Amino acid sequence: MNDGHDLGGRQGFGSVNAEPESEEPLFHAEWERRIFALTLATGMLGQWNIDESRHARERQHPADYLKHSYYENWLVGLEKLLAEKDLVARIEQDAQCFRVPDAAAARKILRTGGPTLLPDATEPRFCSGDRVRVARCQRVSHTRAPTYVQGASGTVVDHHGTHIYPDQNATGQRAGAHLYCVRFEGTELWGSESSSQSVYVDLWEPYLEEIR
Amino acid sequence: MSHDHDHTDPPSDLELRTKALESLLLEKGLVKQDALNAIIETYEHQVGPKNGAHVVAKAWSDLSFKQALLADATATVADLGYVGRQGEHLTVVENTSDIHNLVVCTLCSCYPWTLLGLPPVWYKSAPYRARAVSEPRAVLSEFGTELPEHTDIRVWDSTSEMRYLVLPERPSGTEGWSESQLLALVTRNSMIGVELVRHREEVK
Repeated sequence: MNDGHDLGGRQGFGSVNAEPESEEPLFHAEWERRIFALTLATGMLGQWNIDESRHARERQHPADYLKHSYYENWLVGLEKLLAEKDLVARIEQDAQCFRVPDAAAARKILRTGGPTLLPDATEPRFCSGDRVRVARCQRVSHTRAPTYVQGASGTVVDHHGTHIYPDQNATGQRAGAHLYCVRFEGTELWGSESSSQSVYVDLWEPYLEEIR
Repeated sequence: MSHDHDHTDPPSDLELRTKALESLLLEKGLVKQDALNAIIETYEHQVGPKNGAHVVAKAWSDLSFKQALLADATATVADLGYVGRQGEHLTVVENTSDIHNLVVCTLCSCYPWTLLGLPPVWYKSAPYRARAVSEPRAVLSEFGTELPEHTDIRVWDSTSEMRYLVLPERPSGTEGWSESQLLALVTRNSMIGVELVRHREEVK
């Protein structure tokens, strides 16, 4: 989807207006602290993965996504996931159906994280130095190919191995694809005034076409 | 927490929705209060930019550590105990006199939590996410960072689960400084790449 969250290169948002580093609190309101913890804790039930939770936040009218504060989008995403996965009804029917982490289990899960590297099942199609083009796609589902690089040509600079492929993972299907880091020249993306700058984007093999 | 509102105001819609959600989840047994407290405590008190500053100061002080860090950041920082969520796969990119690196996530808010903690509001905001890739010099200048015209600016868009940390240039005038003296110079913003590390006399 290229809706409200797909922001690279968009214009009209004004200046960054950063709070000074030494003065910025971690959370700006108590409800932000609560929704942060609730989102992580419910994620630990294992009923959705990181791409499903990203997609839940993205699936909003672009005007709503952009109008909301960051943690408001987290709240919207969590409300949606709880309803879609029917968690409340399921635990009412069977109190033992989820393994609900206590403090020790939660700390352990935070330390373990969720690595996405998988064993290679296929040979990588590209190697460093290869020229590639990002395929155009108007997927209505989740993707991590930003619009601003679609159709653009770049050079593979690294192969990260096989990683969980987000486009499929967002539908609950775990599959791997080779992941590459691709360098795009500023002039290719933004025109001739953008020399001496480049953008590096991690892209999965299905997003890429070979340039012969 | 900022308190620029009148305390007699009714709770906002967001406060009410969050409270309702939390009450429901606790009551149904879908979350445990002690787990919520552990999560908050982790990111308020344990995981934060001090971790990244430690890594940077060590890289400035120890060449073999720096080489290992640039070759395999994930394993190298794991040896220091920095492992976990949103730090599962790491790459460290080095600033030099000719190259300046800048990290963004245009699609959401991906950020190396294990080394920097939770991202600041501006990192997650539309202006930064939109403009860091297309006009990095203008964005840098809003942080007071002006770079020579010939500097090669490299912007890293965190679209995968690979997380990026900038290794800033060690400031001149810090020869012979200890790792802990150097650590005090390293800012969070310099490890995202929006600022340079400055030699501040008061630190020494």
